[in-house]
Amino acid sequence: MAFNPYFSLAVLFVVALCFGLTPLALAWLWSRVFSPQKPNAIKNAIYECGLVSKGDAWVQFRSSYYVYAIMFLIFDVEAVFLLPFAVAFLGLGVAACVSMLVFVLLLVEGLVWAWAKGVLTWA
Amino acid sequence: MAVDEQLKIEMGKQGVFVTTLQELYNWGRRSSIWPMQFGLACCAIEMIATTMARYDLARFGAEVFRPSPRQADMMIISGTVTKKMAPQVVRLYNQMAEPRYVIAMGACAISGGPFKQGYNVLKGIDRYIPVDVHIPGCPPRPEALLEAFMALQKKIDAQPLTGEGRPRHLDAEAPGEFPVPEQGAHDLEPAANKSVWTVPVVIR
Repeated sequence: MAFNPYFSLAVLFVVALCFGLTPLALAWLWSRVFSPQKPNAIKNAIYECGLVSKGDAWVQFRSSYYVYAIMFLIFDVEAVFLLPFAVAFLGLGVAACVSMLVFVLLLVEGLVWAWAKGVLTWA
Repeated sequence: MAVDEQLKIEMGKQGVFVTTLQELYNWGRRSSIWPMQFGLACCAIEMIATTMARYDLARFGAEVFRPSPRQADMMIISGTVTKKMAPQVVRLYNQMAEPRYVIAMGACAISGGPFKQGYNVLKGIDRYIPVDVHIPGCPPRPEALLEAFMALQKKIDAQPLTGEGRPRHLDAEAPGEFPVPEQGAHDLEPAANKSVWTVPVVIR
């Protein structure tokens, strides 16, 4: 048999798999033998405050929340990037400053767009 | 093979400890009863006091009050069960993990107590769910709750694992679901679960 260089890896893989699966199998066996389940419709219901749940557990969020995501990006992420920029400002070259300017302009464009759309007005 | 109690003590003195699987199993069950974090009325204050340092429920392995019925196996009905609350209590009981136990704490929980004549108070939670230990008192002192706890532990300890009187989770035939009552026009419907409660006969 030609010795495959990946043989030891395969052995390790099998051992790793057993290491993970054996406790799971033992737990499953333990629960089957020593504490059999007694499911019922009420126990399998989705909520547990005592009240009957209304509607589905899968709630959809409105896609119009993207506006908040954009505003968050502009004000929060921009601040995160601007701080190291401001700290290292004196030691930066022209190329770094120009690329930072482009980055800030991109975000300012988003701000202008949001402003024009009237998002910033408190309803 | 059962070992004689006296022989067991003698062997224990010599450093040989014997036990049965049933004893071991029941020891595990009674030492890790997790109550549900659930209070209904003034008895709940005494229940809270029981968990605190002065009375220290942790000595009995039951300090882990779980916020979800899925992780709990004991329900302390601590207080007045109104007819509005009864369906929720029964539903929570149904959602608890087996094997599950119920301690009815205080006069209200076991019979309606001072509100027994009222139109809106359930006259004992044992009308809908099987109660293991009843504690009288209004409210019972923490010592009484501890006493109930020890009574429950003794009850668990004495349960055989096979045959008649075995715990419900080991009995495939035993019911796991107890019907949840609904609000009717004048009362909860049904007024009681016939399989767990019968109208008591008054002997004069």
